Amino acid sequence: MPVDRLATGCQPLGFWDGMGLWEQWGINFFPRLGDTMCRAMGGATPGGIPDWLIFAILGLAGAFAVVNVAMLGVPYVILLERKLLGRFQHRVGPNRVGFFGLLQPMADGIKLMTKEDITPRVADKLVFSLAPLVFVVPVLLMFAPLPWAPHAVLADLDVGILYIVAVTSAAEIGVFMGGWSSNNKFSLFGAMRVVALVVSYEIPLVLAIVGVVMLTGSLNLAAIVEGQRFVPNLLWQPLGFIVFMIAVSAELNRAPFDLLEADSELVSGFHTEYSGMKWGVIQIGEYAAIIGFSGIIATLFLSGWKGPAPMPGYLWFVLKMGMIISGFIWVRATIPRLRVDQIMNLGWKFLLPLALINIFVTAGEILAYPDGLPVWLIPVNFAFAAIVVAVAARLLGIQGQPRQVVPAPPVFETMASS
Amino acid sequence: MTLKTEPITVNIGPQHPSTHGVFRLRVAFDGEVIQDVEPVFGYLHRGSEKLAEERTYTQVVTLTDRLDYVAPMTSNQAYVLAVERLMGIEAPERGQYIRVMMAELMRIASHLMMIGFFLQDMGAFGTPLMYTFREREDILDLFEMVCGARITVTYMRVGGVQADLPPEFTPALERFLAKIPGQIDDLEQLLSGNEILIARTKNVGLLSAEAAINGSVTGPALRASGVDWDLRKSDPYEIYDQLEFDVPIGENGDNYDRFVLRLEEMRQSVRIVRQCKEQMPGGPHRLELPMLLRPPAGDAYGRVEAPKGELGFYLVSDGSIAPYRCAIRSPSFINLTVLRDMLIGWKLADMVTIFGSLDVNMGEVDR
Repeated sequence: MPVDRLATGCQPLGFWDGMGLWEQWGINFFPRLGDTMCRAMGGATPGGIPDWLIFAILGLAGAFAVVNVAMLGVPYVILLERKLLGRFQHRVGPNRVGFFGLLQPMADGIKLMTKEDITPRVADKLVFSLAPLVFVVPVLLMFAPLPWAPHAVLADLDVGILYIVAVTSAAEIGVFMGGWSSNNKFSLFGAMRVVALVVSYEIPLVLAIVGVVMLTGSLNLAAIVEGQRFVPNLLWQPLGFIVFMIAVSAELNRAPFDLLEADSELVSGFHTEYSGMKWGVIQIGEYAAIIGFSGIIATLFLSGWKGPAPMPGYLWFVLKMGMIISGFIWVRATIPRLRVDQIMNLGWKFLLPLALINIFVTAGEILAYPDGLPVWLIPVNFAFAAIVVAVAARLLGIQGQPRQVVPAPPVFETMASS
Repeated sequence: MTLKTEPITVNIGPQHPSTHGVFRLRVAFDGEVIQDVEPVFGYLHRGSEKLAEERTYTQVVTLTDRLDYVAPMTSNQAYVLAVERLMGIEAPERGQYIRVMMAELMRIASHLMMIGFFLQDMGAFGTPLMYTFREREDILDLFEMVCGARITVTYMRVGGVQADLPPEFTPALERFLAKIPGQIDDLEQLLSGNEILIARTKNVGLLSAEAAINGSVTGPALRASGVDWDLRKSDPYEIYDQLEFDVPIGENGDNYDRFVLRLEEMRQSVRIVRQCKEQMPGGPHRLELPMLLRPPAGDAYGRVEAPKGELGFYLVSDGSIAPYRCAIRSPSFINLTVLRDMLIGWKLADMVTIFGSLDVNMGEVDR
């Protein structure tokens, strides 16, 4: 049941659109950026100013605003993580700088910016300096098609979710550049792990989205939100949600998949040699990716900015993102890390079959009920997901390779005689 | 065309987050797989054995605190047992009960620390470590009550202990004994059934019983391989033959067994401490001995089941006020001899967990 995006865009906002009532009272909390840009492109502009200039200025202003939302979000996500981790671990967390430690991110930022920026003498200096940028830019690009509120989307792309998947994969190049150019063996190990792993979790990640796309009939994120007018996709797609969450935590290099910076093994992994603001940029990239992917999870599965009216849509969106981020932090505080071959096993033998099963089941449901899925499918879906996950965990598991004794002569002569 | 390949050699340590001190491993990797390992140690060498020759028999007790700084009480105990054997004396019963009680509390604290760092090495970010440190804190508080120090206790003396238990100790111990079993259960429930933990530990880092015996491995690492050898049972010292406790035995000798066995040993230690508290006799806590001890010429070997294995002190006396020679058999050092064979063939990520599961303390390795 494809949703006509233009048609839905013209629909009056209702109770479940959150901001709707506020708009009726004449309060507009969020600039109608997309609409303004559409008008600019359509030529309905104030006289004298060329269309392209308005387009460029508005586009830059919008990009500036969205990037700043991400950039200002990052310190506070870090603070939230530190606070929550503290609570999980019987600690208090940062509370010295400012009220409740609210200024701690600012202090950290100032410290990072004034810190000496060390480039190792043996490093490939150009690549070393470029890597943080290559890492952070794709992450920031990810924010362009995110719908923050009704009509509030910077780039209303028709291939929105495809664009996001494509762009975020590029961040791994930055990781590899950083790891390689550092000329440090720990960094190289971290970079090598990323390259080895990226395929095994990206494929389930993309396949988990397919179910949502089939339900909505569109790749456009605003249309996907509109398609969840009555029921969030989580209820139709529990299996897809599970696969997507696991794949996203692997994509974000979060625990239990954080082995490219596994601190107990690789010191700091690919950013061992980075210091000062270069390290800070890498941190920004990592946490901005967490914000961005939480937004995508909220959009795909939790009906995005939709929510009951008294709270505006963008607050609903941020609230849902915050819940997902807290979930990631909770997992990080509890679960040990997987080994590199176990993650491959998990990706190929567990997530990929589940994603494929999800696609087939969703396709069957849509074929059987072309006019909309019946409500009784929701408990059936959940029961099915639970059974499939349990069975797959029993059958496939994550057990990795056994011991691999390489028939090679001892490398160190001092121990060779023993 | 064949590409020339060569193993990549990495120095793990001495400054590395999970080398538990200043241990250094030179590792040759084939990709992620460990091809060869060379342990290098000595970065914390302080010459404790030589220093012991320069000090009187009582002063040496302070050196033993600094051996295994995670378990100073058992180091004290091993040393004073050796001196007592050298002099042919025995501590009064109350002193022995207090010593055993302290040693078992120390075992709980040391195992807590091992479990916390083991899970931390596996990547559980801080939470299990903080849980175990919270509980270890209570034990250190008890130590502070009896001797004023938390780590460098120097509590045991030749012929007993330095001071009797203070009156506030027993209620505090009762509070501790009331809550520690639940906390051990919490720790077990936190992660023991976790799929990832099982995948990371089961059948990883196997140590066969033969290899363990050939490498003179002692302590939990040996018992996890299925060998029933605990000095408290097989060569009872002090009052262990009057106490009831079980010695848990593992099956496979993998990381999981070494981890779970320590949880079980903590429960048994709680049992022992409880029995000590109930059976605690009156009387003096130490013998009246002169300030400068002059054991007759000869030699003696005193050993205890320390949290990490058999800790022994071999003392040679020439009849003077200081030992002529003091040799320490430290379990951490000797358990490391099997490390190379355990590591080869596993991956980089397993290296830190296998090393962590041996529970090695560098202060004791380098002495």
